[in-house]
Amino acid sequence: MTISGWAEVALTLALILLAAWPVGLHIARAVEGERTFLHPILAPLERVLYAAAGVDPERGMGWQSYASALLVLNALHFLMLYAMLRLQWVLPLNPDHLAGMSPRLAFNTAMSFVTNTNWQAYSGETTLSPGSQMWGLTSHMFVSAGTGIAAAVALARAFARGGMETLGNFWADLTRIVLYVLVPIAIVAGLALVALGVPQTLATHADATTLEGAQQTISMGPVALMEAIKELGTNGGGYFNANSAHPFENPNAWSSLLEMLLVFLIPIGLTFTFGRIVGDPRQGHALLAVIGIFVVAAVACAYAAEAHANPLLTALGVDPPQGNLEGKEIRFGIPLSVLFNVITTATSCGAVNAMLDSFMPLGGMVPMFLIQLGEIVPGGVGSGLYGLLVFALLAVFVAGLMVGRTPEYLGKKIQAKEVKLAMLAVLILPLSILGGTALSLVLPQVAASLGNAGPHGLSEMLYAFTSATGNNGSAFAGLSADTPWLDTTLGIAMLLGRFAFLVPVLALAGSLAAKVKVPASSGTFPTHGPLFVGLLVGVIVILGGLQFMPALALGPLAEHFVLFAGKTY
Amino acid sequence: MATHAKAAAIALLDGPILTRAMADAVRKLDPRQLVRNPVIFVTEAISALVTVLGLRTIATGGSGGFALAIAAFLWLTVLFATFAEAVAEGRGRARADSLRRARTETLAKRLLNPADRALFEPTRANDLAVGDHVLVEAGDLIPSDGEVAEGMASVNESAITGESAPVIREAGGDRSAVTGGTQVVSDWLVVRITAAPGATFLDRMIRLVEGAERRKTPNEIALDILLAGLTIIFLIAVVTLVGLAHYSGTALGVPVLAALLVCLIPTTIGGLLSAIGIAGMDRLVRFNVMATSGRAVEAAGDVDTLLLDKTGTITLGNRMAAAFIPAPGVSERDLAEAVVLASLGDETPEGRSILAFARDRYAIAPTRPETATIVPFTAQTRLSGLDHDGHSWRKGAVDSVRQWLGGAEAPAGFTAAAERIARAGGTPLAVARDRQLLGAIELKDIVKSGIRERFAELRRMGIRTVMVTGDNRLTAAAIASEAGVDDFIAEATPQDKLTYIRRVQGEGRLVAMAGDGTNDAPALAQADVGMAMQTGTQAAREAGNMVDLDSDPTKLIEVVEIGKQLLITRGALTTFSIANDISKYFAILPAIFVAAYPELGALNVMHLASPQSAILAAVIFNALIIVALVPLALRGVRFRPIGASALLRRNLLVYGLGGIVAPFAGIKLIDTLLALTGLA
Repeated sequence: MTISGWAEVALTLALILLAAWPVGLHIARAVEGERTFLHPILAPLERVLYAAAGVDPERGMGWQSYASALLVLNALHFLMLYAMLRLQWVLPLNPDHLAGMSPRLAFNTAMSFVTNTNWQAYSGETTLSPGSQMWGLTSHMFVSAGTGIAAAVALARAFARGGMETLGNFWADLTRIVLYVLVPIAIVAGLALVALGVPQTLATHADATTLEGAQQTISMGPVALMEAIKELGTNGGGYFNANSAHPFENPNAWSSLLEMLLVFLIPIGLTFTFGRIVGDPRQGHALLAVIGIFVVAAVACAYAAEAHANPLLTALGVDPPQGNLEGKEIRFGIPLSVLFNVITTATSCGAVNAMLDSFMPLGGMVPMFLIQLGEIVPGGVGSGLYGLLVFALLAVFVAGLMVGRTPEYLGKKIQAKEVKLAMLAVLILPLSILGGTALSLVLPQVAASLGNAGPHGLSEMLYAFTSATGNNGSAFAGLSADTPWLDTTLGIAMLLGRFAFLVPVLALAGSLAAKVKVPASSGTFPTHGPLFVGLLVGVIVILGGLQFMPALALGPLAEHFVLFAGKTY
Repeated sequence: MATHAKAAAIALLDGPILTRAMADAVRKLDPRQLVRNPVIFVTEAISALVTVLGLRTIATGGSGGFALAIAAFLWLTVLFATFAEAVAEGRGRARADSLRRARTETLAKRLLNPADRALFEPTRANDLAVGDHVLVEAGDLIPSDGEVAEGMASVNESAITGESAPVIREAGGDRSAVTGGTQVVSDWLVVRITAAPGATFLDRMIRLVEGAERRKTPNEIALDILLAGLTIIFLIAVVTLVGLAHYSGTALGVPVLAALLVCLIPTTIGGLLSAIGIAGMDRLVRFNVMATSGRAVEAAGDVDTLLLDKTGTITLGNRMAAAFIPAPGVSERDLAEAVVLASLGDETPEGRSILAFARDRYAIAPTRPETATIVPFTAQTRLSGLDHDGHSWRKGAVDSVRQWLGGAEAPAGFTAAAERIARAGGTPLAVARDRQLLGAIELKDIVKSGIRERFAELRRMGIRTVMVTGDNRLTAAAIASEAGVDDFIAEATPQDKLTYIRRVQGEGRLVAMAGDGTNDAPALAQADVGMAMQTGTQAAREAGNMVDLDSDPTKLIEVVEIGKQLLITRGALTTFSIANDISKYFAILPAIFVAAYPELGALNVMHLASPQSAILAAVIFNALIIVALVPLALRGVRFRPIGASALLRRNLLVYGLGGIVAPFAGIKLIDTLLALTGLA
């Protein structure tokens, strides 16, 4: 580890914090229908959209209606995307006449983009046309991001006041988030990326003659705008297979900085949104502090692991002070590769600018563990905040009794129903991640998908189900994922990880919203100080993380000790 | 609270209770009973499984010793959990037995005609119906709960309250309720029976202290769901481990997996949860307060508004003389002498306080002149006085005295003094001799010593105190500021109390109040915690969800503390239990994976002797910690009124951090012992 490396990390995180604060407050104003600086231009458009759809933005929805609207919209989008991917060969903007996807791959991909996972069991540049990438994938990146933020806003509102019957209007929330937040930022960021050298064209490739005189076909397409929403919406699905390691997705250090900023912008900003909606900014700051602790710790662990040379390579004569550069882009180096991948796995983005498969065992364990915590520090846009709040409720419930009162968070009492719904949501993670991994590893034909034997193979499979369930979408690689079993089970894992978590959360929001808001007093459990921050960190690690300890022990931890003992598989 | 804690500590070591609890603990292993406790039920199922597998291995000639050792300690875990519950129940049962003796079968004298005391037929108490009238004479036990319809008698209620001084029960008013099992000491009563057989106060008390009617409280249910959820999570983690280990080339036996699972699921809190609840109820019983349900005790911990009656709770029972203020031209000594003479006829506590004040301050003995005629105080005239030697002295309410004076204009100095007294929260009385106004007496409410500090303490706990009084706003405000309450309801009618309670409940607050009169009943029923006085009316006792056998409304404050203590104990042990998991991973994971990857031995940070000793040590620690924490569960974690923030910091440090660290030491110690003795 070097001082300049840490300086890069610190500078990036500081810039992110600085940018996220106004964005968070802007989101709060936008979703609550207050006037923002964009209203003079966009308000008429918003009204036209409501009029065309017959939506009354003022009409509140109970949690059931809110959840139904959300689920129906997402189901329709899933069907639409599935159809587009299957029928790619008849749809326009397909100059290379690419065929449609196979049913199982289309199922997996459609599920992947609707759930904000963006797991890619295909190679973008060879499988999808510019048309499919644009109105197929890119448009769904807006919808899935908007869905997550809307659900988080609905939960935040439940804490704002007492005795509410409704959580807001889903259609209005989604429209406002897309119109006032996602689209404007994506356009500006997309243009900035173009300026930094990312292509935005309908041409699918350029033919070039190399210095040796060989003919080369260089893939390209409408990359820049997809790249912008890919990061901004923590989607993570790249135009190219190599994702953000590809020079057309992420050409240089500046684009890398911009992309990291875009990934963290909304998840971090939402802590400020939350503080504003509940009327107590300190509550948001406490959540931010929890996120900060995890992110910095993760960067430190991963950086320390990667700064260490791989003993197997050292034995072959590679200079140890270089650290582990295998699978990293030399234009980013170790610190930016580590930071980028921590940022995209701490969120549910899942973009990668280096090969996680080539990380040191502990360096690869960090992203995996971040996802296994439930994608909550800070997690995906919206989904991270509501996941973090579920853990906050559990933390308050466990320890809050110790002040001698029925635990309450932000004045809302946490009782049997809330605990039940929170546990229901939290259960999905081990069920899908550990269940899927264990099942896949014992099936002989599935284990054949693994690129490596030994503990590293276990890590690859564990990572796949972790990534799918956490709706992250990054891949450890080394795993041939486009098989009938994995396409299907990973698709189901994504579905569970997204909606089996989301529905209990919305039910939770409905239950909390209806409760009276107990005024705070000196007998109230304080949820903004360092004490609460420490408590929440502890609860997330113990309740969210420890259950994966046995699996991690057999995967990356075993690999780490075995590697340094000089053994290979 | 201190004496009460001491009593609990002694009973904890009570031999007969422990002996009986051991037998009960075995009886409670019945899975049909245990299914109410998900964590311990799972533990029992796994214990049975491991036992069967161990025996099978031995039967087929294998070595099942290790499996049986694990099974033994898993059974012990279950047994310790049922033992904890049995001890908690045993402590209540001793009290129930003494109550049951009061319920000895008596023959009641059922009146055939309520109006005629001469005609009755002997009826067994169990055959009495609601609405029957019975005659109870000196020496009789009152057969069942009821209202006095006729008569007045002194009743010994020691069977219920433990207080041996008899109390007066009479028809009408607020002292008309009688309790079955108490004894009439003198005179007679005609009692109208109000409770069906088996539903009397005594029956309810017996069932309550025995824990027979124990239902899970809302908070307990929520905690149970959390514990069940955690059990499922760890079940998934352990079951899937079979697949992961299989891939890694190692086969994990059921005993090892069982050990891991039982160590990870929250057996500590799961085993102690019901004991904590029973002990909380028991603490209240020992404190001489009967709660009708555990829910009420829990609500007490949540209360954030206390409605306290001024008289008897905040102030001493009665107003007392605080100053004599002479009218212009009258000496203080003359006034004092006149006051004493005029007050000789006042037998009320206020009158006596005036005489006491005169004696203490002016050294005037209350001697009655030989030939004087005393005019006694009555509620109608609101005057007392003395006629002697052609002179008359009168003392009483200002307007009554002025009326007696013939409505003459009072001197300005007197009027000002009277107004000043009223403004300061006191009551002015006027004193006159022979048509001349001599001055005023200031009667004041005396705020109980220490109550102000008590309220400050409550405020730190986040509890608002509200004083309820029939006084006017001015008086009420003055006393309120002197006592340091947060709010007050002046000129309170029963309806006002009810309205106030509804309003603050609407703001999301929980309200506790104490009351004894029939007109308190609606408010007692509306309050989240309504503590009725044992001396109160039947209506009040039925409306509230607690009855204070000592009839001391101040105890409401301690009741709140007991409720908080119950919740704190639950939270502390839950936190401790969950924090324990970290060390158990470090004990068991290296032990079970070391066959697949010897290098994982690096995770054995405690340097436990062998894989077998590591697993056994974790299981043994997991079992012993339950029994080690039984005293804490029964006694409860001490509540300190230091504010939520400080309390949380303290408890998190002790039970959170302690819960992480303690098992490392414990497991290492057990492992060392196992290795030394060569057991594993």
